[in-house]
Amino acid sequence: MRILVCVKRVPAPGAKIVLTPDAQDIDASLLGFAVSPHEECAVEEAVQIVEREGGSVTVMTLGPPEAEEQLRSAVAVGATSVVLLPSDIPDWDPVSTSTALVSAISRLEDEEAPFDLILFGNESADSGGYQVGIRVARSLGRPMVTGIKGIDTEGDSVAARRETPSGWEVYRLPLPAIVGVKEGINLPRYPTLKGRMAARRAPVATMEPAESASGQSKVMLMTPPDAGSAVEILGEGPETAPAIVDIMEGLGLV
Amino acid sequence: MSDFPSSARVVVIGAGIVGNSVVKHLAAHGWRDIVQLDKGPLPNPGGSTGHASNFIYPVDHNKEMAHLTLDSQQQYEEMGVSVTSGGLEVARTEARLHELNRRMTSAKSWDIDSRLVNREEIEELVPFLDVNVVLGGWFSPTVSVVDSLRAGTLMREYAQQLGALSVHPVTEVLDIETDRGRISAVVTNKGRIACEYVVIACGVWSPRLARMAGASIPLTPAVHQMIDVGPLEILSATNSEIGYPIVRDMDTFCYERQTGGSMEVGSYAHRPIFHHPDTIPSIEQARLSPTELPLTMDDFDPQLEQAVELMPFLGDAEIKYGINGLLSLTPDAMPLVGETPEVKNLWSCAAIWIKEGPGTGRALAEWMTQGYPEIDPHASDIARFYPYMKTEGHILARCAEHFNKTYGIVHPREQWDSRRNSRVSTLHATTSALGAVYFEAGGWERPHWYESNAPLLEEYGDRIPERPHEWDRRWWSPIQNAEHLALRDRVGMIDLTAFAIFDITGSGALQFVQYMTVNQVDRPVGSGIYTPLLTEEGGFRSDLTILRMGEDHFRVITGGFDGARDAYWFRKWLPESDCVTFTDITSSMSTIGVWGPNARRLVERVTDDDVSHEGFPYGTWKHATIGSIPVTMFRISYVGDLGWEVYTAMEHAPMLWETLWEAGQDLGVVPVGAGVYGTTGRLEKGYRLMGAELESEYNPVEAGLARRLVKKADFVGKEAYLKARDEEAAAVCCTLTLESYVSTSGVARFPMGGNEPILTQEGDRIVDRKGRVSRVTSAGASPSLDTYLFLGYLPPEFAQEGRSLQIMYQNELFPVKVARVGSRPLFDPDDVRMKS
Repeated sequence: MRILVCVKRVPAPGAKIVLTPDAQDIDASLLGFAVSPHEECAVEEAVQIVEREGGSVTVMTLGPPEAEEQLRSAVAVGATSVVLLPSDIPDWDPVSTSTALVSAISRLEDEEAPFDLILFGNESADSGGYQVGIRVARSLGRPMVTGIKGIDTEGDSVAARRETPSGWEVYRLPLPAIVGVKEGINLPRYPTLKGRMAARRAPVATMEPAESASGQSKVMLMTPPDAGSAVEILGEGPETAPAIVDIMEGLGLV
Repeated sequence: MSDFPSSARVVVIGAGIVGNSVVKHLAAHGWRDIVQLDKGPLPNPGGSTGHASNFIYPVDHNKEMAHLTLDSQQQYEEMGVSVTSGGLEVARTEARLHELNRRMTSAKSWDIDSRLVNREEIEELVPFLDVNVVLGGWFSPTVSVVDSLRAGTLMREYAQQLGALSVHPVTEVLDIETDRGRISAVVTNKGRIACEYVVIACGVWSPRLARMAGASIPLTPAVHQMIDVGPLEILSATNSEIGYPIVRDMDTFCYERQTGGSMEVGSYAHRPIFHHPDTIPSIEQARLSPTELPLTMDDFDPQLEQAVELMPFLGDAEIKYGINGLLSLTPDAMPLVGETPEVKNLWSCAAIWIKEGPGTGRALAEWMTQGYPEIDPHASDIARFYPYMKTEGHILARCAEHFNKTYGIVHPREQWDSRRNSRVSTLHATTSALGAVYFEAGGWERPHWYESNAPLLEEYGDRIPERPHEWDRRWWSPIQNAEHLALRDRVGMIDLTAFAIFDITGSGALQFVQYMTVNQVDRPVGSGIYTPLLTEEGGFRSDLTILRMGEDHFRVITGGFDGARDAYWFRKWLPESDCVTFTDITSSMSTIGVWGPNARRLVERVTDDDVSHEGFPYGTWKHATIGSIPVTMFRISYVGDLGWEVYTAMEHAPMLWETLWEAGQDLGVVPVGAGVYGTTGRLEKGYRLMGAELESEYNPVEAGLARRLVKKADFVGKEAYLKARDEEAAAVCCTLTLESYVSTSGVARFPMGGNEPILTQEGDRIVDRKGRVSRVTSAGASPSLDTYLFLGYLPPEFAQEGRSLQIMYQNELFPVKVARVGSRPLFDPDDVRMKS
């Protein structure tokens, strides 16, 4: 099976997110970068399918030249090839992002062969727009489901499972298809040392991203006020028991 | 919060391994009312302790470090937080094999069990190591792994149980207040604590805290990368935190250390990556912890290949965790301990690693309690820095230079490459033109030998034995020996501008200087006095010369290496009243030494002042004029020949040199470097050197520097000094001669002096009744006596002239003989040359 996974380089912050002084971006000077957990799972899922059935996993990203780091990480865990659409423009909204991806996908498919399956993370970890995958599917005229926590390949179709409070919804999609994957679908592996060593030498294909008009623009970022939580240490040892009982009574638990 | 203290005797900032050790040992030394603060939570506040590798290799070439580490290792053991894993260092190169021999020697000095191991033995110790990659190794069975966080908790609890300590985590220090240069309070986000003392023990943040008080703790947070890889069945099968020895792959600057079922791979091989104490992320901002920054994988990649090369099974293991861990680096790679020179009662205990944490905590507590630690801390003393050495530019340049030498092979005479020419005398152009090869002395560029003297090798070459081994020749030139012989035969000129010079003046000057010094300084104006300065426990704090310039004016002349520490020491004891003024005049003075049998004839030609033996006796000084330059001349010698130290204003030094130089041409004058001044000339005269023979662990009686009488005036260390005079010395400083350049196994070497053990003929260590080991404190050629000399302390039962002993050098044994017991020189024992 020929699979494409689209990922996005995002900062990996701690509990408190610091913005740049112009409030246009997250201050990432002391942060590492990653892809969102959903995307990590998408890469893992693709690698597992190919390990089972053969084929190839291509991982693609639109982002700054440094996003090569995320692509190499994907190679380290089993991606076959990687494609970078390098851009120094920070403001790629869902419309322009999906346009660039569609253009690149079309080129890759023209040059080699169509992708049987394209995986996205359910949403990006930073802007969380939930749009890019769907827009790409729409442009390519392929079926798509999102929120997927299980994929079974069935010849020329895939069964995609979505978890709901009342059970699993199962969608059967004819290939080629697109799936938005959610964290929990698998447990992504860590790279092995050998994997990392191979990743270091792996070629990174680059393609100029097609530019298009944006649908939306960023005014500024704001961090929501800290909801705050107070922690009171009630004490240590058996003498703390009455205080705990008081609290439980207050909560109506006893 | 109502239970937040408003006052304390001492506030200790930091609850990592260092702060915790400090509170424990302060409490053990009787301190009460200790408040400990940390910005982070307990037991892991987020500093370097929290991500440390926690292993301890006790062998170090440096005595102070070795002793602090051994003490720490023992403390961890006593707390029950230590596992002995053993440690293996493997060599991939011949140079490293040579270095491992040196480690064997240091292990012998400090009595640490270790042995060289061949490939078969390595395979047996660490079966998953590919021995084809290595040439050999060194194994020390006592290498241990400790739980530094648990140790910290136990140490805090110790102090709490004594009722000595209250601990306040999640408390941020906002300011440190001082009053007339002395600590007065610590301001936190929870309130102000009035206090007498502050100890800054917060690792990478220390510079920031020191600055709040107007002091400086010169370190930089630096990255040490490590990754955790696993799971590895071979390791899990041990069912323990650590079942295999820690491996240091020395030539790749990496280590592999088992941690449960995983292997931690750490590196000192990557490019130096520095952070600023002000921009370390807060606990809230940090994804892992403030000192566990995201791994920059590109920097680690080359080490992966080397790790897999050494241990192929790592290749299939997963990289589960990786960090750019922050630790503290200092400009000279030694810790920063002691009272800050800028602020009274503000103490630093920073840039300390897990391996020496508890020992350094103890040393600091001793220092704060009784005046000076048991283990001589001079190399860690924060007062050792001159101001320029505390600038960010200097710190970063030097740290960048030495970071990759963490596992490097560092020659004992190795010179720094970066930030040279930070201190140059006005003689620099003159000495450069003469081909000076400069070594750094207290930051000064000091000529060590002169390439222009190469022709002297034709004259003296047959008296200079060749050094067949490159290591023994490194940072050395046979020209040094030739300069030595030329000085002894004719006359030499030495640039001594690296001297630190202080003026002590005022109506209380005499009383003050008397109180600081062992020897009588109430001598007539015109006298020059050599004297030790002691710690309160009677050990050497310094040794220097003092000129009585006037009734109320003393001039102190001390070595460039010790100038900053000595200035701190004098200032520390200055009376509160203004009856004594201390002025550092180093930068205004230049010194030229003129010594040799022709020195008087040379000087006579350029001065009208009386320089005859009678008119200018030994040990006196005079103002004089040389050519057209006003100078002060002091008849003294550290090389044992007739002559003077000639001081002049810095701006006159080039002309003074020129005047002397021209006058000496037909007398055979040669420029002479510090190789002669500091080593060959000095050793032939048995002169002791601060930091080598002279240190706080030895007293003047043992050093052979006690005078016949003791002055009436009180002085620092007097009580201990009087006691030492009444006892039989536990060890005596001796001069030994090398009996053969060829070791007992047939290797020709020139032992260069770096704590090599002095052994019995049976090869046993010699330890005096105070537990101090006999070791080489200085070594060097004696060109005039055609031999090779060592200084070192020996217990009385070995300190017998003619006694045959051995020294170990590079794991080889060489026969030596005790040539002199005490300070009587081997060369010109009656000092006829310099005193006539």
